[in-house]
Amino acid sequence: MDLVSRRRAGDAAIWLLLVSAPYWLTHVGGYVELGTRVLILALAAMALNFLLGFTGVLSFGHAAYFGLGAYGVAMTIKYLIASTPLAILVGVAAGTAAAAVVGPLIARLRGVYFAMCTIAFGQVFYYIAFQWRSVTRGDDGLTAWHRMPLDFGFAELDILNNNKAFYYMVLVVFAAAVAAMAFLLRSPFGRTLLAIRENERRARFLGIPVDRHIWLSWVISCFFVSIAGALYALMNDFVDPRALRWDQSGNFVIMAVLGGMRSFWGPLIGAAIFLVLEDYISSHTDNWMSFVGLFFVLVVLFFPRGILGIIGRRAVS
Amino acid sequence: MVQLILFNVLNGLIIGAFYALMALGLSLILNLSGVINFAHGGFLAIGAYLAYTLIPYVGFWGALLAAPFLTAFIGILVERVLIRRLYGRDPLYSLLLTFGLAFMIEDGTRFIWGADSLPYQIPGWLQNTLSSQLFFLTGYRVFMVVLVAVAVLGLFLILTRTRLGLRIRAGTLDLETLSVLGVNVRILRNLNFGLGIYMAGLAGVLAAGMLGLQPTIGDSLIMPSFVAIIVGGLGSLPGTLVGGLLIGVASGVTTVFLPSASEAVMYVLMAVVLLIRPRGLLGEEGRF
Repeated sequence: MDLVSRRRAGDAAIWLLLVSAPYWLTHVGGYVELGTRVLILALAAMALNFLLGFTGVLSFGHAAYFGLGAYGVAMTIKYLIASTPLAILVGVAAGTAAAAVVGPLIARLRGVYFAMCTIAFGQVFYYIAFQWRSVTRGDDGLTAWHRMPLDFGFAELDILNNNKAFYYMVLVVFAAAVAAMAFLLRSPFGRTLLAIRENERRARFLGIPVDRHIWLSWVISCFFVSIAGALYALMNDFVDPRALRWDQSGNFVIMAVLGGMRSFWGPLIGAAIFLVLEDYISSHTDNWMSFVGLFFVLVVLFFPRGILGIIGRRAVS
Repeated sequence: MVQLILFNVLNGLIIGAFYALMALGLSLILNLSGVINFAHGGFLAIGAYLAYTLIPYVGFWGALLAAPFLTAFIGILVERVLIRRLYGRDPLYSLLLTFGLAFMIEDGTRFIWGADSLPYQIPGWLQNTLSSQLFFLTGYRVFMVVLVAVAVLGLFLILTRTRLGLRIRAGTLDLETLSVLGVNVRILRNLNFGLGIYMAGLAGVLAAGMLGLQPTIGDSLIMPSFVAIIVGGLGSLPGTLVGGLLIGVASGVTTVFLPSASEAVMYVLMAVVLLIRPRGLLGEEGRF
């Protein structure tokens, strides 16, 4: 098989597995909610990877925009209007708008400096969520609200009580977002981002406005991550400041690195492995944090190219 | 009112001194090795807990001397075993590694010393207030500021007056040339890492007496230290010092007028600096 048809076969296999997941997950010791969580965090990790793997810019503050999406959803349903689609819109708008404002401040920076500033700016939103108790309920988080069934006019989809229905709603959103990302990466704009990743100085000499492209890529990446955040709040029917703390950002990065940040599907595989491990270990020990830490260290030392990176390298050689 | 403002400015100065102490250590490591040490707050906690364990045996002063050195020794081991492997690679990897270390250290201290806040003995005479008018001016607060000042002065003396300091400064500018000139860069980076961690350990011993001893003691200090480095300018140690004191005092003053925004004000400061002067107050142009 040549490379193109092998890639197509891989894509088809992944979609087939995702579509049928609610039916085989329970037979291999999983449960439907675990599949939903994998999809949502995979979307977040893939969104981060748009910036990290395909633009070559290191962000360690994506949890902030993830969390803003989540808080947008929770507050809309709790205080404004009980509608799931509208809540998602508000959440995504909040996350994207915040990213668009922060973007110009950091788009000129590179490397570790960029990473540090994204971490620091990410914490701003954590502190707001933590301190503004009258609106966000601070550390306790926003409770006493839940996702609303989808009403299409002619039919109603009960995503609240039917976990398979919710899985498929998430899958539809995931598919749309992933398709949009793939389209963007294949477009001339996406190719320009790759050029910046490979050699920024050359891209600049070719007349590409590098800072503006990095800003755009940052906003797009945060747009997708806030979609994931919105779904995350809907899944839990709950949101608290931990959704936007720095350790959440670290989780996204480790998922992308573990799966392979130079590959499109890598973060999905990284997210699946990370969450299955988390599910297993946290039900067996209280020292989950030590294991996460050890996991980070081991991945960095032994799998820096990620799982798909290793496979891809073998396939080429 | 004057008392209140004075109180908060002093408080801000003390907190700022901690930020500066932390940030100077972070900055040292970042400048020479290009590693953002996320585990710095963890090392601070190690310093604090080691001091807690040592105090019954050697007293407060003995612990003050010994604990930072022990912390630095642990730091040197960690650099030797883990961080050294990542030099020259994408900063992403060292960031992830120290991220993982931060988790492990926090969970480890919780495992060894427990999750609850522990009593921390400081000498009685340090707890007395120095003046009846300025009731908040306890000996410990003044002592902390003086000690941080001595530590910072010592650091700058090491950097400007000793051969090690000269090499660290040279390596910050051009590590490759320094290596070609026959300096063992591996050992240099190792010692430099230890020096940075020493600062974290010292900050830990002092902070435990003020903030209370618990596994997350470093958490409230690590982010402001990042902000201090960004505000002061990457690559500039005097900048880091200024940045730390500045955000400390700024958040202290804000506490007087708008307590809930005391944390936010440092980020506002950072945004303003990035907007007007992206390299930071004393940062060099074009270094990052």
